Amino acid sequence: MSRIGVFVCHCGENISATVDVEKVAQAAAGFDDVVHSVDYKYMCSDPGQTLIKQAIKEHNLTGVVVAACSPRMHEPTFRKACAEAGLNGYMCEMTNLREHCSWVHDRTEETTEKAIDLVRMLVEKVKNNKPLEPILVPITKTALVIGGGIAGIQTSLDIANCGHKVILVEKEPSIGGHMSQLSETFPTLDCSQCILTPRMVEVAQHPNIELITYAELDSLEGYIGNFKAKIRKKAKSVDHSVCTGCGDCWGKCPSKKIPSEFNAGLGSRTAIYVPFPQAVPNKPVIDKSNCNYYQKGKCKICEKFCKPGAIRFDQEDEIVEAEVGAVVVTTGFDVVKPEFFPEYGYGKYKDVITGLQFERLASASGPTLGEIRRPSDEKVPEKVVFIACAGSRDPAKGINYCSKICCMYTAKHAMLYQHKVHTGKSFVFYMDIRAAGKNYDEFVRRAIEEDKVNYIRGRVSTVYEKDGKLIVKGADTLMNGEPIEIEADMVVLASAGISNPGSEELAQKLHVSYDRYKFFAEAHPKLKPVETNTAGIFLAGACQAPKDIPETVGMASGAASKVAALFSQPELKREPLIAVVNRQMPPVFSSCVGCFLCETACPYNAIGREEIKDRNGNVIKTLARVNEGLCQGCGTCVAFCRTKSIDIQGFSNEQMYSEVMALLND
Amino acid sequence: MIKIGFYPGCSLTGSSREYAESVIALCEAFNIELKQIPDWNCCGATAAHNLDKELSLALPARILALAEQNGMTEIVVPCAACYNRLSVTEHTLNADEQLRARISEIIEMPYEGTVKILNVIQMLQKYVVNELANKIVAPFDHKVACYYGCLLVRPHEILQFDRVEDPQTIDEMLKLVGAQPVDWAFKTECCGAGFSVSQPDIVGKLSGKIVKDAVDRGAEAMVVACPMCHANLDMRRPAINSYLKTTIDIPVLYVTQVLGLALGISREKLGLQRHFVPVKF
Repeated sequence: MSRIGVFVCHCGENISATVDVEKVAQAAAGFDDVVHSVDYKYMCSDPGQTLIKQAIKEHNLTGVVVAACSPRMHEPTFRKACAEAGLNGYMCEMTNLREHCSWVHDRTEETTEKAIDLVRMLVEKVKNNKPLEPILVPITKTALVIGGGIAGIQTSLDIANCGHKVILVEKEPSIGGHMSQLSETFPTLDCSQCILTPRMVEVAQHPNIELITYAELDSLEGYIGNFKAKIRKKAKSVDHSVCTGCGDCWGKCPSKKIPSEFNAGLGSRTAIYVPFPQAVPNKPVIDKSNCNYYQKGKCKICEKFCKPGAIRFDQEDEIVEAEVGAVVVTTGFDVVKPEFFPEYGYGKYKDVITGLQFERLASASGPTLGEIRRPSDEKVPEKVVFIACAGSRDPAKGINYCSKICCMYTAKHAMLYQHKVHTGKSFVFYMDIRAAGKNYDEFVRRAIEEDKVNYIRGRVSTVYEKDGKLIVKGADTLMNGEPIEIEADMVVLASAGISNPGSEELAQKLHVSYDRYKFFAEAHPKLKPVETNTAGIFLAGACQAPKDIPETVGMASGAASKVAALFSQPELKREPLIAVVNRQMPPVFSSCVGCFLCETACPYNAIGREEIKDRNGNVIKTLARVNEGLCQGCGTCVAFCRTKSIDIQGFSNEQMYSEVMALLND
Repeated sequence: MIKIGFYPGCSLTGSSREYAESVIALCEAFNIELKQIPDWNCCGATAAHNLDKELSLALPARILALAEQNGMTEIVVPCAACYNRLSVTEHTLNADEQLRARISEIIEMPYEGTVKILNVIQMLQKYVVNELANKIVAPFDHKVACYYGCLLVRPHEILQFDRVEDPQTIDEMLKLVGAQPVDWAFKTECCGAGFSVSQPDIVGKLSGKIVKDAVDRGAEAMVVACPMCHANLDMRRPAINSYLKTTIDIPVLYVTQVLGLALGISREKLGLQRHFVPVKF
């Protein structure tokens, strides 16, 4: 026999202004098995909670229904209060009289009737509740960080400094990411490499960080606290334990004309190479696709000149396995490719370049040693046009979003150009100037007012070459749409930031969601920005959406703190609201017939198989088994199960039906 | 024998008769029978969609419905404006069941949306290109500037044809008959379109820039697939010359005329004598 208590909350006036709460409490008092029913102004307040605790003791309640706000808001509060009074927390249910009733209806009798029905349903449900205990899961206190740009570097350092182990995987031969390619950074114009390289070195030397470069994630299995990662170490063809990084090999390599990724295609590199002088690790790899020996079977010059004998042509890819408790995805972003801009001639005209290429031109470590010289003939351009929103905010091209960083870096580019070429003229075509951030707008104003950059509000329709000049056709929308033609020497496109080419594949390996642009999706756009919808997998940086360095670093530290918080617990406590496969006495064992439709249906790979064996070890029956660590309690398997053998704890078929029947029988 | 429905539209029966002649001549050479849609009407052109939405859909819908009624599954529409209006109508009515019912009511004919609309380039790609090489007798060994104009490739969401900003299909096709397309900047710039009638001086300016760039890049001929483009670049040459303050005699050919010349089809059959700027190839 159940003894249920009902507690109706006014929520200030949020509920009571629309719903007759006293009438609800009175009506509930008349329901079968309800032995106590009251209303109160703020049930979540201390006195409100005390009301519940006292009632549990006085009336010896076996179940509690709190009719108040959303359970997302206060379910933990009330469950805790019940537990403190000696009632299992899962014997407490909430019904939502606020979002589901008072906020969405007018004050009428029907509204109060609906509130009474909502309470009635939960009273019937709670009668079928069973006491549950949180699930305890062990935690492997090592984090896997995927991507060694500034996001991955910051995340790794923060986690490692908390005393936890980190495995940092980077697909390129060196960590550093896009930030290492930048010349100066807004809004302070400090040198990007100068602030980044100390952190890169710190990563390499940190006793808690295992750095694996030239490697990619092959697969990830398991669940929060207990992942198993397979990492593919691509063959470097160089034994880094022997190599001293002296540079003899790349000095002698005959394949010298390979476009350098680090210089965004503006410079060249050799087939055996380190991407840039400050690379970490500062030891080379052989790019097999461009190596004479691998392609034509002849050369081996590097091997001949390598004094320590570190070249290993027979090295093969190696898969290493690692057990980790959390994963942070920090894979960064890319920019749109040349074919995206036939109208701007990018890819056709050498002097139409991307913002990233301009960074390399302006960088002291770049192909021109920091002098602004245009790619076609290495002349100093006298007139440069910067096109903001090149691809961004352009629904016709399928990119509706703002790439966020371009307004700032375009102002920076124009400024750097004016600082380096005093006689030069620069023009920025823009839609809006989005300079929200500390000292950001001041920075743009400085470009316009002090450095005399000409800002033109309007879009560029086309760029074409004529008599050695790039003709930029646009319109000035602040001058009644006056058509403008500028004869430029160089055009810089603030190309839209896009997701990395491999991001979709990686998201599928990790079982995390991604958006229509293939950026990784956060669990909640406001309140869970660094979590994914898969427990134990976090995000930081531009893999989630384009963002600048301060924001990336903030997000990286945020993700790191989430990992550290996870690792600070001895064991993981999880809500027990998960699926269970029923078990019965032998010889039936379970009503599960082993069809495994549930296995196919489960979006979280949480369904495994369990073999029932007799005492001789022969398999009698194979049943579905729910992995407690992976199950998210979505209930898809329940809907699929043909024999009704799976149920969600806390949301069992019995509980749901009793709610529905409460309405129908009324 | 391949049979395709044919919608000439008004231009091809009047000012750009030579476009129709060259399309037909080319089709004959490849054993393609063009069957005119009986009792066809005006596509509505620029006027209808500026006046009334239903009218602008009803006119093309009647043409398409007639094609269906006559058992045609595919029609070729050489005029870029007609092609655009017909395609927009097909797209709009296929996406809106109610509107389609309403338009069917207006035209007093069912329209199912089954007939496939091809522009000349698509028709050539589908039925001609593969057999082209064997039939060339006189390669068109000239530098050409391929001009696409606006209506052939836009709006991309609907037409799904070629690259909007830097189209390539005519260039690629002309390479097959020995022509050398020049890389130029005005492939899709506005020619002035309907201002040809009301304000020819604007056409002189806009088309003038187009013609000048073609000549500056060394083109010996301009190649088009739109009667409006042709009229402006060819017929309005005096206005162009007066804007440019010089005399430019670069001829403007239809893509079908160029292919016809390469196949050795007679100049008369291709209607080359009808141009204002003489064609001397």
